[in-house]
Amino acid sequence: MSDTYYDPKDLKNFKKITDWSEPLGTRFFEYYSKVFEEGALSAREKSLIALAVSHVVKCPYCIDAYTKDSLQRGITEEEMMEAVHAGAAIESGATLVHAVQMMNKHKKLSH
Amino acid sequence: MAKSSLQRSKHLLADPKKQLQVLSSGLFSSGALPTFSERLKGLNAELKTDQLEILQVNLGYMCNQTCVHCHVDAGPDRKEIMSSDTIDNVIDAIKRFKPNTLDLTGGAPEMNPEFQRLVRAAVSLSVKDIIVRSNLTILESNNHFRSYPQFFKENGVHVVSSLPHYSMRTTDRQRGEGVFSKSIAALNRLNEIGYGRDEHLKLDLVYNPSGAFLPGSEKELEADFKRKLKADFDIDFNQLFCITNLPISRFLEYLIASENYEEYMETLVEAFNPLTLSGLMCRNTLSVGYDGSLYDCDFNQMLQIPISGDKRYLSDLETNAYSNRKINVHQHCYGCAAGSGSSCQGSIS
Repeated sequence: MSDTYYDPKDLKNFKKITDWSEPLGTRFFEYYSKVFEEGALSAREKSLIALAVSHVVKCPYCIDAYTKDSLQRGITEEEMMEAVHAGAAIESGATLVHAVQMMNKHKKLSH
Repeated sequence: MAKSSLQRSKHLLADPKKQLQVLSSGLFSSGALPTFSERLKGLNAELKTDQLEILQVNLGYMCNQTCVHCHVDAGPDRKEIMSSDTIDNVIDAIKRFKPNTLDLTGGAPEMNPEFQRLVRAAVSLSVKDIIVRSNLTILESNNHFRSYPQFFKENGVHVVSSLPHYSMRTTDRQRGEGVFSKSIAALNRLNEIGYGRDEHLKLDLVYNPSGAFLPGSEKELEADFKRKLKADFDIDFNQLFCITNLPISRFLEYLIASENYEEYMETLVEAFNPLTLSGLMCRNTLSVGYDGSLYDCDFNQMLQIPISGDKRYLSDLETNAYSNRKINVHQHCYGCAAGSGSSCQGSIS
């Protein structure tokens, strides 16, 4: 048993989630692999989106996986970091846009 | 870039026996991972040679670069070089074996003073495809070597050049500071005289990963390389060959020092693809060391695993003795059989 909540080795056992619910797990993995196929977006573009989202949802497994995937696809360090910034900008924007609600409430409650 | 060869720095892993010890122990001796032989046995498969098509000749370990991943442990401090007598043996072997392809490698093969004599002899013997594996920077190093692209053209030599990435940062980190700019200058000159543009003057690039990961799709990487090199530097080339880094020599040293060895070996073993076995380059290649010794491939050469049988030098091997010979394997062979497979001509399947 790992001493930490996250163990890198767990990623290799991801597929075992089907053990406890085969139909849902199998459908999830089929969906997952379909999503990352070439489509209107290239597999390379989807990999960069996945890398950015991995950071936003703060998933260490996903960050490891999509950093490696980026390297295998020849994606540059600059592209990887810009993708993370795009995710970070949306995340911070999502926080800051709530300031409008704060300002509205403040206006309503105060003289 | 590595500062010097493993041999020069007296590193333990300069010794092929030590490398084989590493590749035999740990994960493989504990049974956590199957050895390559065990994997073949599980499939009832045995690797044997077919017909000889490629004579791959290592002209010496001397090189003007000291790349981090080099499986030859080549560099300016290596003095091993193919002698004139051994070059004569190679020419004699071309006459006897009539290979379709002569694949000249090193080190920097151009640094062998007999390089041009060997190429001219191969031309006169009508070898269909004469490949030089050029590191590109040698072609920019001085006036003597700056004349080589023209020599290549005059003799219809097929140029296969290493370029690990279209970005300067990645390329220089693997191959040394300034390598990217010189490589681009050499590619521009090769393009100017027709390489990569004239259908008879083939210019292929070789990509290998800059670290402990496998190459991605050759087709997709080739498209990216073509798009970026054309847009940024007006460079044209024919094909991109993706080659997996095999866990030997300097790359093995890097894997161990960076604590990536076990995970990399697990990745290679998990990616084992039986469909690659019929296309492995060892089945139609004979690898010749700078001293005329014979191997199943360039990697076995660096690990000093000789070919099966008692004829271990080019001058001794009879013409009919190539086919149906057992190929010697070890754990590094997982590198050629992983994923889409890997050979000196890129992906297999």
